[in-house]
Amino acid sequence: MKANSGSQPVRIEQDVVLARQTVRQIAVACGLRLVDQTKLVTAASELARNTVIYGGGGEMHWETLEQGLRRGVRLVFVDQGPGIPDIEQALTDGWTSGTGMGLGLSGSRRLVDQFELESAPGEGTRIAITKWT
Amino acid sequence: MERIPILRMGDLLLVTIQVDMHDQLALALQDDLTEKIRATSARGVLIDISALDIVDSFIGRMIATISALSRIMDATTVVVGMQPAVAITLVELGLNLTGVRTALNVERGMALLQRTDDES
Repeated sequence: MKANSGSQPVRIEQDVVLARQTVRQIAVACGLRLVDQTKLVTAASELARNTVIYGGGGEMHWETLEQGLRRGVRLVFVDQGPGIPDIEQALTDGWTSGTGMGLGLSGSRRLVDQFELESAPGEGTRIAITKWT
Repeated sequence: MERIPILRMGDLLLVTIQVDMHDQLALALQDDLTEKIRATSARGVLIDISALDIVDSFIGRMIATISALSRIMDATTVVVGMQPAVAITLVELGLNLTGVRTALNVERGMALLQRTDDES
């Protein structure tokens, strides 16, 4: 893999599919095993959909990491949407501000090794996730 | 608009999802299937997801909804061929597809549908 970082828009529904495809390629190139690839792609799908639906569109940044013998993939989803007023509530299973099942945020957190969420009302949302080999 | 094909075989409907579905496509399938169940009086629906390499909460919800809708319309839905990595991820995500009948592959799914039909 030549580039070890990049970004792409996540503005419309089709971008969610493209984001999944990019993440799959990076995860394969990084050497994640199949189950971990699947977990990372699924988490990316949830977060990309949130970026489109709740964030009004944004971007996905990705980079590959190396730490000793471990390799990892880090994804950052950024939007300039309304932000999340109550982060703790948003991370609760089954809680949704929309019509979803309320598993996107809480579920994707369980699927990855590191999960960082920064958000404030009116200031958009930034979610970074990392999966290690 | 792009559509997922629904095949009719006797009183069964067969759907094989072979593309990476965006959300509208998943919703269209839900609408098309219920319409097709009505139009053909189908007793069973077999959905093959062996080509899907992820099922996220949206697609999972679509599967659960189709299953519930078909039950109300007097048809049984069986979801077959889920990849092990997908199953592991779904459970960890928190989706356990309660009420959705599953089978390991198409053959066992068909057997299940025929058995269900004989019982009724």
